[in-house]
Amino acid sequence: MIYLDNSATTKPYPEVIESFVKVSTDYFGNPSSLHGIGTQAEKLLSTARKQIADLLKVKSAEVFFTSGGTEGNNLAIKGAALANQNRGKHIITTSIEHPSVMEAFQVLSEQGFAVTYLPVDATGRVSVVDLEKALREDTILVSIMHVNNEVGSIQPIAEIGELLKQYPQILFHVDHVQGIGKVDLSLIDAGIDLCTISGHKLHGLKGTGVLYIRQGVRIAPLFSGGNQEGQFRSGTENVAGIVALAKAMRISLNNCVLYAHKLKEIRTVFYHGLQEIDGVQVNSPVDGAPHIINFSVPGLKSEVLLHELETEGVYVSTTSACSSKKRTASKTVLEMYRNQERAESVIRISTSFHNEIEEAKQAIDAIGRAVAKLEKVMR
Amino acid sequence: MKFDHIIIRYGEISTKKRNRKSFVAKMRRHILWSLKDIPNVELTANRERMYIILHDADHKEVIARLQGVFGIQSLSPALKVERDIEKIKEAALYYMNQLSDPVHTFKITTKRADKEFPYVTNEVNHLLGGHLLRNIEGLKVDVKNPDFNLLVEIRREAVYLTGETVPGAGGLPYGSSGKAMLMLSGGIDSPVAGYLSMKRGLEVEAIHFYSPPFTSERSRQKVLDLAAKLAEVTGSFKVHIVPFTDIQVLIQQQVPANYSMTTTRRLMLRLADQIREKNHALAIITGESLGQVASQTMSSMFAINEVTNTPILRPLITMDKLEIIDLAQQLDTFEISNLPYEDCCTVFTPASPKTQPKREKVNYYESFVEFEPLIEKAIQNIETITVVPNQQTIEKEMEGLF
Repeated sequence: MIYLDNSATTKPYPEVIESFVKVSTDYFGNPSSLHGIGTQAEKLLSTARKQIADLLKVKSAEVFFTSGGTEGNNLAIKGAALANQNRGKHIITTSIEHPSVMEAFQVLSEQGFAVTYLPVDATGRVSVVDLEKALREDTILVSIMHVNNEVGSIQPIAEIGELLKQYPQILFHVDHVQGIGKVDLSLIDAGIDLCTISGHKLHGLKGTGVLYIRQGVRIAPLFSGGNQEGQFRSGTENVAGIVALAKAMRISLNNCVLYAHKLKEIRTVFYHGLQEIDGVQVNSPVDGAPHIINFSVPGLKSEVLLHELETEGVYVSTTSACSSKKRTASKTVLEMYRNQERAESVIRISTSFHNEIEEAKQAIDAIGRAVAKLEKVMR
Repeated sequence: MKFDHIIIRYGEISTKKRNRKSFVAKMRRHILWSLKDIPNVELTANRERMYIILHDADHKEVIARLQGVFGIQSLSPALKVERDIEKIKEAALYYMNQLSDPVHTFKITTKRADKEFPYVTNEVNHLLGGHLLRNIEGLKVDVKNPDFNLLVEIRREAVYLTGETVPGAGGLPYGSSGKAMLMLSGGIDSPVAGYLSMKRGLEVEAIHFYSPPFTSERSRQKVLDLAAKLAEVTGSFKVHIVPFTDIQVLIQQQVPANYSMTTTRRLMLRLADQIREKNHALAIITGESLGQVASQTMSSMFAINEVTNTPILRPLITMDKLEIIDLAQQLDTFEISNLPYEDCCTVFTPASPKTQPKREKVNYYESFVEFEPLIEKAIQNIETITVVPNQQTIEKEMEGLF
C-alpha cells in the first residue's frame, strides 16, 4: 500500500494511540471534578496545553482545545465576527479557502456581513497589494489559510501579518491545518490573532484540534454550556485525545526537522515525474508546500483515475477529501487556471514523513500506466 | 556579519567598595547559570564591566537571558570587523539597521586606539557618517543630542562597533543581600513581593500554609506552579509547606469570629519566624499592601506584628492593586494566581473580620488557648519541596504519555 492521501488524514502514530488508550483507561476523570481523579485529568490537560504552547512558542493561556479544523475555523471566524460586529461588518478571506472557512463566511454574509473574497494568481497565491486595497474602515477580520489544501500553495502570511500590524482593529485568522509540521510559521512574528490546527493531520486522532487565540482577543463562543476552555469552548474536554495530540505534535514537529529534506526530494520526484507523463498537467506551484502535489489529466474523470490507481495499491484523492463527495470541480484549480476541464480532472497527492522516495517512483509508474490505459478506453 | 561580544555594565554594585568582589562573583554565577545551555559563550570580567564573548551564539537570545539577571544596569552588543574601511562601513550600516527603536538622528564617536590605522579619527567619522546618510532615508546628524551614538573602536587586532544600550533588570545580584522567607499564599501579591525581593539581592524561600480538606490539592499545586515561575530567576525555588489544619480548627473553636483572622495571621507569623530561624534567614517577606484587606490595615499590622521583632519586608506596601496586577502580568504569575481555588486566606474568613483589632484583646483571647503543642507538631511535619522552572509536576507514570 502506498498511502498518498495525508492531507485528508494521517495514520496516527502507535505511541499516540498508546497514550490515548492509557489516558482513557487510567485517567478517565472529568478535569472539572474537584476530587483527586478529576485533578489528575486536569493535570494531564494542563501539561498537554503547556507542551503545545511551548511547541507553538506561545503562552498556555492562548491554547484552546477544539474538535478539529472545522470547529476551529468556525469558532475563530464566527466568534471573531460576532464579538466585534459593533466595530464594523466587513470581513475578508480568499477564494481558495477550505469549505469550513468558505461556508462560515457564507453564513456571516447571510447575516449581513460584507465579505470580500481575494483572488489568487496562477501560482495559487493572494497578493498583499490586493488585500491592502480591500481593507476598509469597517474591516474587522481577515482570514487566510497558510497552505492551501488542494494544491499546496503557500500564502504570504508573514507579509500579510506585517501589513495588518498597522491595523490593530483588524483580527487576523490563519487556517494552519495543512501547514503545521510541514511549512514553518511563527504565530508571534506574523502577528496572528487566531490560528486553527487539527490533530489528525499531524498523526494525531480525529476529533482533536487547537485554536490559538492571542491573549487579549475576545471572541464569541459557538457553544453554550459549562464554560470550559476559558469560556470559549464549552463541553467536557477530550483529555485522552488532547494528550494524544500533544504527543503527536511533538513527534511531528520533530520529524519535520528530521525529514524535511526527504519530503522535498519526494516532491521533486513527483513534480518531474508527473510532467513527463503525456496528458498530465501539474497544478501545484513550483514553490508550494513540500507535501502536496496536484495534477490534472484533462478529459479524464478524476474518480476513474483514482479507482484505477487504487487497484495498484496507490491511494490518492480527487480534490480535497472534504468536498470530494460532491463531485464538483476543484475551486482552487479553477481560480488558478480558469479552465473548467482542468479543474474537473484533478488528483491530489499528499505525502508525510513516512513516505519513501521509492514509493514516489512506484506511484509515478502506476500513474503513467493508469493514464495510458484509461486514455485508450475513454477516448 | 555577526556580533562578537556583549558588554555588561554593573548597576549599583559599582558604588560598592570593599564588597564589590563578592557582589560581582554572585552576579557572575547568576549569569553563567542563565546561559548554561548556550554552548561556547565565554564570560570575562574586569572591575568596571563584564563581557560575554559570543562565539557564534545568537546575541538576541543571550541578551534576553541576561535581562533576567539582577545587578545588570545595561547591555550592549558589539560587532567585530576587519580593519578595512569598506567592511567597517558595511558593519556600521548593519548595526544601525538592526536597532529595535527607530533612529532619526545620530553621531559617530571613533576611538582610534591603534594610531597606525590609515585614517584619522575625523576621517573615519566622516566616511562612516556619509555612508549611513546615503543609505538610510531621513537620517540626520546631531552631534549634541543624537538618538543614537555609534561607537567605533579601532584596535590593532580588529575594529569594534557598539552603541546600542539595552536596559538590564537592575537591582542587586541574587543572594548578595542574604536570605529571607516569603509567605506565599497563592494570591496575586505574594509572588510579586517575592520577585521584587529577589531583585534586591535576597535569596528567597517560600512558606505556604496548607489546610486540607479546607483547601484543595489544586490550591497547593497552584502555589507550586507560582514557585516554578519564581524559580525561573535562578533555576530553583524552595517551598516549605506547613500543615495548618489543626491550628485553624483550634482557632475557629476558641477565638471569637471577628478576631479569628487576626489570631490566624499572628500564628502564621509565629510559625514563619520559627521556620526562618531554622533556615538561617534574616527576614520575612509578605505581599501586604496597606489597607487592601482587613488584615492589612495599619491596626491589623500593628496587632499581628507584635509576635515577632524579625524584620518584616513588605515590598508592595504602598502599591495600588492595579500596579501589583501590572507587575504580576509582567512576571506571568497573574494567570496562575487568578485560578479560582480556595486558599488558606479565603476559607476561614469570617463575615466581618475586625479591621481595627486591639493588641490587648487578641492577647486576651489567645491566653486561653494552648497553641504551642500544635505549632511544634506543624513545624515537625513541614514538607520542603524544591521546585525547578517548567517543572513537569506530573507523576512518573504520566510522563510517557507526552
